[in-house]
This record gives sequence, C-alpha cells and structure tokens, in this order.
Amino acid sequence: MSILVDENTTFIIQGITGREAVTMARECLDYGAKLLGGVTPGRKGRNVHGLPVEDTVRAFTESQRVDAAVVSVPPVGAADAVFEAIDAGIPLIVVVTERIPRKQVAQFVEYAQQKGVRLIGPNCLGVISPGKTRVGGIGGAAEATRRAFQPGKVGVMSRSGGMTVEIANSLSTAGLGVSTAVSIGGDAIIGSTYAELMPLFDADPQTEAIAIYSEPGGRAEYELADYMKASGSRKPIVAFMAGRFMDDMPGMRFGHAGTIVEGRADTATSKVANLAAAGITVAERIGDIPRLIQQGLEGK
Amino acid sequence: MRFYEYESKRILAKAGIPLPKSQFCTTAEEARAAAAAIGGPVVVKSQVLSGGRMKAGGVKFADTPDEAAKHATDILVLPIQSLLPVGVLVEEKQQVVQEYYAAVTYDGRAKRPVIIFSDMGGIDIEEVAEQHPEHLSRTHFSALRPFSDYIAKSAVAGVGITGNDLTALTRIVAGLTRLFLERDLTLAEINPIGKLADGRIIALDCHADMEQEAQRQHLDLLKDLGLVGDEKRQARPPTDFEMEAERIDGADPRGVAGNLTEFDGDLGLIIGAGGGSLTLFDAVRDAGGRPANYCEIGGNPSVSKAANLTKLIISRPNVKKIAVMMNVVSNTRVDIVARGVVKGCIEAGFDPAQKIAIFRIPGSWEEEGFAILKKYGVPYVDRTVSMDEAARLAVENTKKA
Repeated sequence: MSILVDENTTFIIQGITGREAVTMARECLDYGAKLLGGVTPGRKGRNVHGLPVEDTVRAFTESQRVDAAVVSVPPVGAADAVFEAIDAGIPLIVVVTERIPRKQVAQFVEYAQQKGVRLIGPNCLGVISPGKTRVGGIGGAAEATRRAFQPGKVGVMSRSGGMTVEIANSLSTAGLGVSTAVSIGGDAIIGSTYAELMPLFDADPQTEAIAIYSEPGGRAEYELADYMKASGSRKPIVAFMAGRFMDDMPGMRFGHAGTIVEGRADTATSKVANLAAAGITVAERIGDIPRLIQQGLEGK
Repeated sequence: MRFYEYESKRILAKAGIPLPKSQFCTTAEEARAAAAAIGGPVVVKSQVLSGGRMKAGGVKFADTPDEAAKHATDILVLPIQSLLPVGVLVEEKQQVVQEYYAAVTYDGRAKRPVIIFSDMGGIDIEEVAEQHPEHLSRTHFSALRPFSDYIAKSAVAGVGITGNDLTALTRIVAGLTRLFLERDLTLAEINPIGKLADGRIIALDCHADMEQEAQRQHLDLLKDLGLVGDEKRQARPPTDFEMEAERIDGADPRGVAGNLTEFDGDLGLIIGAGGGSLTLFDAVRDAGGRPANYCEIGGNPSVSKAANLTKLIISRPNVKKIAVMMNVVSNTRVDIVARGVVKGCIEAGFDPAQKIAIFRIPGSWEEEGFAILKKYGVPYVDRTVSMDEAARLAVENTKKA
C-alpha cells in the first residue's frame, strides 16, 4: 500500500499548457501515472502529449472519475483554480504554485476544510508512491525519479521539495526505499501538515518508519509532537531540522516564505527540543537519516 | 517587506486609527522645527528596522525644540544593532495611564488569521503569553467571510475589558484587522495602544509587514509612502552586494538566484534551493566554516546567470574559495551550473581548480557536468557523498588556501 496516491489514481493538471506544466505532464506520463489531461481556459480542443485540454475542470469530472488535481497556475489565478477543483468535487488537490499571497492561501485552505477536500501544498512538488505513481513534478524526469525514489518502507514528509528528493535518494541508496513521499510545501499556511498526514502513515502497512525534513518558522512541529503524545504512534520517526543558523537572525527570511523566526517558539532550537521530548529522533546531520531510521527499525 | 514606524503610522492614519501628532525628520533642524510646530514636550525616536531601540538609547524625551534638535543629532548617528536610522520621528509626548497590545497575523497551525490582544501592552508579548496568559486573548477568524466588528470586540472583551474602553479599543482593533486584510499584511501590530489621562485611546507605536508576493497589488499605497513595489526590506536594508545580486537575477528570467545575503566569512556559497540552502549553510558552519554569503539558486539558471553570480561572489576581497553545492536536483541541469561557475571563475581571472573548493550537485545531466569539472580540474563529488560531507570537504579545502 501507500498513502494518498497509488497506481489507480487518476488526475488532471490545471494550467497544463504552461511551460513547466507541459514538462511535468511528460514526466508523469513517462513514469506511468494515470494523467487524464488538463485545463487551460480558452485552450479547449488542444492537446498536450496527446492528452485533451479542456476549458473547465467539470468537463473532466462530468464524464469520468478524477481522483486528484495538480494546480500549476501562476499565482494570480491559483486560488481561483483551487476553488474550481473543490467545487468540481475533486477529493485531492496538489498546489505546486509558489508565491500565492497568504490571505488567498488561508481562504482556499479554509474552503477545502469545509468541503472535506485533502489539500497538499501550496509551494510543493507533489506526492509520489514509488513504483506506482507520482502526482506532480517531484523527482523530475522519470529516469531520475526512479533512481532517487526506490519502492520501500519509509514515508517521507518535507517542507522542501528539493530535500524530499535528497532524503529519498539517501534512503534508496541505503536500501530502505520509500513508501510514499509528500512534499508538503514551504509556505506559512499549508493544506496538510505533518500531524495531519501522520495518521495515514500510521495506518499504512507498507510504511515502517517516517523521515521528516523541517525548517524554522511556524508551529507545525509542536502539532506533530502533540499528535505523537496523544496517538501513541509507534513507528520510528527521524526528523531533521535545517536552518539552525537562523536562530541568530530574527526577522530575516531565508528559504521558503514560511521560514522566518518571529518568536522564540519558531526557532530551530526550541523545535528540536520539542520533537525530542515527544520521542522523535532528531538527526544532527542530513546524511545521518538512513542510519538512524535503520536503528529505529531494529530497536522496535 | 517591513515598514519603518513612521511609514506604518501613515498607513494606520489612512485607516482612521487615532495617532499622536508626529513628523518624520532626517536632520536636527527639521526635528527642531517639528518640535516647535507640535508645541510642548515631544519624544524623538530612531527610525530603524532592528528592535531594542529603547534600550540602545534610540528613544529620548525633549521638553523644548532645542532639546529635540540635540537628541536628533545624537540619535541620527547612533547605530542600533549595527544599523543606522533613516531618520527620527518627532512625536507629541503623551500622558499614558494604561497600555494595551494588539496584533493581527496568520496562525499557520490553526491555518487562520488571528487577533492577539492584551491589556499588558508595552512589554514583550511572548513574556505576557508565558507568564500572564489570562491577560492575553487569541481570536481566530475566517479568511473566507467578510470581516465583522464583533470579532474585534470578542478579542478585547476576551481580557475582561468593558465600558467605553471596549468601544474605543474595538474600533482600533477592527480598523487594524481590516487594514491587515486589505493590504495583504503578514503582521500588523500596535504596541502599545495607550489610554491617555484624558480618556482618549490612541496608537503609540506600531509595526507592519507587507507580504513580498503581494506588493504589486499595493503600488498605490507604496507610492504614497515614496517606495517602489519590489523593494526587498527585512530586518535590515539590503547591502550593495545584495542589490547587485538582485540585479543579476532580474537581468535574466531563466532560473532563480535569490535571497543573496552578505556575511563576513571567507567561503563563498553558491547553494540551492530553499531547503538545500538552509541545510548546506548549517553544514558549513557545523564543519567550522565561515560563509561569506547565503543564497538560493535553482530552477535551472542560465550559464550567464551562474557565471555572473560566481563573479560577484568571488570578487569580494574576503572570499578565498567558493563551494557549489545543492541537494539532488530534478529541474536544474548540472552541466549548465558547472559551465557557469567555471566561466565565472575564469572571467574573474581565477583558476577554477584553485577557486572552487567543492562541487556537489547530483542530478540531471550530471555526467556532462562532471566531465566539464574534470576537464578544469575542479574537485567534485557525486550523490554518494552527503551534503554535510561535501560541506566538510569545502571547509577543509578553504582552510588549506
């Protein structure tokens, strides 16, 4: 098994005729993903790699089952695209667009919650269940993706798309492999946090351990620590916290939009302490993750 | 972008929030004239983006225009956390009997905007939250529905305020919240709000941050403040080096070379992307290295962009070597970055083999990239070498130089 997506997942790409989306579509098809087509207003009748382009999301949902939508629309139109996908009844929406103003993110995240829609991102690379499918640009070209993401037993969640690939690659190299990797997005407000995805990994028999990449800014790690205490989750978790240098530079933004130290609880130091207190192993170096996962698996 | 106090106050004034009389001044003479025009005692406040100006002596009281001019003379040349002010704000001094705190921001955990209110204003709000939680209210509200004043009222009433004070404070907090929503602010804070001896309630100091991504939608406001839309301003203004990096990035739409931030170390960094940069910067410091800069490169920059950035970074006199490192890349072509950094070194008059401490970018087109590096004798490693090990090698090679 896997979480969120598997070999049967059908999806569309909103904004499919954009330069990056055309590449993403090619990479998804080459990987064997069940991409149905995409939406670009005014482009109905065209095709991308032989797949249909429609003006509306409903043009797809009215005639077939659509399990997911990838939103790859420029920031000005991204919120509108998310609302359209939600109203069309698509249950999983992956927003890859970055630089969407926070107010609009708060609006569509709230709407998705009201409608019971699972939202991943914004500002993410998507989701991959290695060997089954990928929804989004995660991993790049199909060949490179197969190399970095080998099927296996570790779930990955990361605020950084690039680091999702880096960590997956190190797990694959170590022979552990990946069950599902989720690039959750680097913004201050995101659709699905670590704590919200944990129950899925906990329930997934393929996932035996979880690797997490995190950054300063926000409170998502506290939510995760609270979940760990409340749920009694037993799968070993190894977390890595980047950006420790930022603790000395309050008010400066590095990396993602959500990465800024505004208060004491936002610092890497307090987050690390909190994660450790919840029984999560915190890796000092990024290269230590596979070894610590292995130790966690042996110790259970 | 972060606004100076005098700018934030102009924004608040437009929203109808009551404020003391004040004047922004850049010379002692202007400060003298401002104090004379206000009449009576004034406070002279340093206009810097860094915090802690009261402790550092950046806020002083004056009874006469002469005294105001004297304080302005001192404050204008007084660095606060190594930053010089852009001017001083000369403001009517107030008789304050009670201080409050109000802020509107986004709570990433609740995924909602939130109003934070306290009747213990003027001090560190985190301290209030930890030690006097009953004096602090947190009121989340919907980003979807139009904002309604009762939400501001709930925030104020949440710490036990009633009567005329509740009405006056509700008006201020509701105005602040509407401003926050309309102007795409990520933080709108008044600390303190002051209740005066005559019963009036006004905003004494404030702080506003506008979302970088939304600046283009608010060019009207920014123009009114004498600002351009795409200014990058955080806890400190950008340096010349950082401005030059922005120019290089803007000159070519291919790829992103963003967030170049200057430090005083000897190892120049060409690192990417968002998360990779954070990881690598830590790794360099953990290995005992001293970074000369932070940056985020990604999205497949062109050869010329990578070359120009390389030139900019290695031309700084304190930079001994540069390290070119990324996480496993999907969309950036390794060979293009390799060609760019080699070209940048040569054009700046350096031998790439000597100047590049390490190259660690695994990913698409890596064989072609590694072939270029081999040809020029540049030390490189592949994906079997972790990011921290690569950083350690970079630091080691720099120490040898």
